[in-house]
Amino acid sequence: MEGDGYTFPVEASHILMFARAIGDPNPIYSDPGEAAKAEPGKIIAPPTFAQASAQFNPDYFLRPKVGQSWFGSGKNPTGAAPRRSSDDGEEGSGGGGVGRGLHAEQHFEYHRHVGPGDVLTPVSKPGKRWEKEGRRGGKLMFSESVTEYYDQNGELAITTRMVGVQTEKPPEQG
Amino acid sequence: MTLKASELKPGQTHEQKLVEDLRRTQIVQYAGASGDYNPLHSDEPFATKAAGFPSVFAHGMLTMGMTGRAITDFVGDGRLTKYGVRFMAQVWPGDDLTATLTVKEVRDGEVDLDVVTVNQDGVEVLRGTASARID
Repeated sequence: MEGDGYTFPVEASHILMFARAIGDPNPIYSDPGEAAKAEPGKIIAPPTFAQASAQFNPDYFLRPKVGQSWFGSGKNPTGAAPRRSSDDGEEGSGGGGVGRGLHAEQHFEYHRHVGPGDVLTPVSKPGKRWEKEGRRGGKLMFSESVTEYYDQNGELAITTRMVGVQTEKPPEQG
Repeated sequence: MTLKASELKPGQTHEQKLVEDLRRTQIVQYAGASGDYNPLHSDEPFATKAAGFPSVFAHGMLTMGMTGRAITDFVGDGRLTKYGVRFMAQVWPGDDLTATLTVKEVRDGEVDLDVVTVNQDGVEVLRGTASARID
């Protein structure tokens, strides 16, 4: 399958950490014994877990990489000019984004619920692009990216759609 | 816990507190778990001095993840078929968040929900929809 160049192994410890981070104590995400008694019969991943595929994307631009400059603070508030997210065709990803890219929308469609042992292959394609006048003036440029996550049997497990927005003016705050 | 069509009526709501006094540490936890290390979410000097924000702020996906808990608590484990949101406003350290689910439609074997998450001032930070299998 022609994917995004990496696979996303779904692992129990990763699900545990992700569930802790979103503040969800549901044992379906951490306790094999309790999960066995629940309807799925085994540990499953929380609904937004596919987002953590970023961990396995070798080129993910919002992770510091050995030997490369990083734009977070060190001696100075910023270490380097942030790479524009559009450089990787991932405008606005990151739920806050770099510079003027913002995460506008996120959609998940579950064909089945994945769990430890599944190995997903993401296949991304650019979606629609459109423009809108912002409420406070300035153009808003939206772009969509659709990712299909196929499992180890080649079956479609999850489809995600991300909408990013780039603003001409700095994003509104508050 | 599973939902039954006979127990659901359009307009019915489920409200759930997601977080009180959101801590920067939780935002850092989410960065580590999700792999999104954008310094806007964890690096105060960068967020304030380089990017011009009043402080760091939560990943939109953290708010979506916390809101997902309210949905799965309501519909049950492994029942979700669709979940989509629009990010309406930023979530800051110290915020209290509450999600409200409203039954929109009960169809054959499936329920559609409207999903809204607000902060302590009643400002919508997230709005979307979810669908789940029901008995």
